[in-house]
Amino acid sequence: MSSANRRAIDWQVASVKAVRRETPRVVTFTLTLPYPTPHRAGQHYDIRLTAPDGYQAQRSYSVASEPERTGEIDLTVERIEDGEVSTYLHDVLVPGDQIEVRGPIGGYFVWEASLGGPLLLVAGGSGIAPLMSMIRHRCAAGSTVPTRLLYSARTYDDIIYRQELNHLQHTQSGLEIIYTLTRAQPPGWAGYARRIDAAMLSEVAAPLLELAKGSLRTYVCGPTMMVETTAGALFAAGIPAEQIRTERFGPTGG
Amino acid sequence: METNLYDENTLLMLDGNAAAGVLYEIFSVEMTVAPARCAGCGREGELGSLKAFMQGPGVILRCPTCGSVVLRIVQTPSVTYVDARGAAFLCIPRTP
Repeated sequence: MSSANRRAIDWQVASVKAVRRETPRVVTFTLTLPYPTPHRAGQHYDIRLTAPDGYQAQRSYSVASEPERTGEIDLTVERIEDGEVSTYLHDVLVPGDQIEVRGPIGGYFVWEASLGGPLLLVAGGSGIAPLMSMIRHRCAAGSTVPTRLLYSARTYDDIIYRQELNHLQHTQSGLEIIYTLTRAQPPGWAGYARRIDAAMLSEVAAPLLELAKGSLRTYVCGPTMMVETTAGALFAAGIPAEQIRTERFGPTGG
Repeated sequence: METNLYDENTLLMLDGNAAAGVLYEIFSVEMTVAPARCAGCGREGELGSLKAFMQGPGVILRCPTCGSVVLRIVQTPSVTYVDARGAAFLCIPRTP
């Protein structure tokens, strides 16, 4: 196939360069691509598996790496118990293996530094993946737009990219990260300890709303219930619908 | 569009971005940023702002304001059906 006519939607065979465990349930796969196209933070790739009998299963995974890291992409995948694709990726795929992908796809749930802010990012579980791409891009682009990430995880050990987020929080100007641990908290935990609700969002969004309500951009990603609750609360707090971008996983997650 | 967290349909609802792949397959261009007007209520917005239902035999995109079906896509091994009567117009980007 001539590269000149290639579309991002055409399938290509990617190679697994590295596999990195993030948390007990979550792994990041670094893939190299024969036809790399710089993505925009928030876009995703589709992965397609084909069984010997021809049966195919396909899922979408957000790119977690920044566009500035060219030639390869990070896909962060949570292992879902009965998941057709995630269990294969976790249990079978190793560096050196190949896998069919297409992308980058999606133009609605994207952020790039030129769009400005302030930015409110709200993540539920593995919904952090596309938002991490935005945070990493923000860092690589040298952006200092005021940014707050509200990240909901079950426990401290389930916080994906925890070390990197802690590092970024201390080194990146204007970036604040607030966690809420919904199932169990470490001793001495002084942060939020419940599911995201309107009161929490109101507190987290307040400084950004005060700063520049008209240009505040919000991105919410995670399980459907959490996204629904969050979007509703943000809208009720006076943020216009066009400034609230959501990406929901569906009832069972990615 | 009114949504009820205890309604099965709300739980199955995804964002328009979820249909980005199939839309790109059909139109050969990124369609989530393509403007469209709902024939039901007149709301104009990008396709990415519609709500996507992907569990059934086809893909359905609904207007987030009035809930009516804007776009319905069914793919068979040989053809792709596109029912766009719910869209007063689709504004498809042209590749330069």
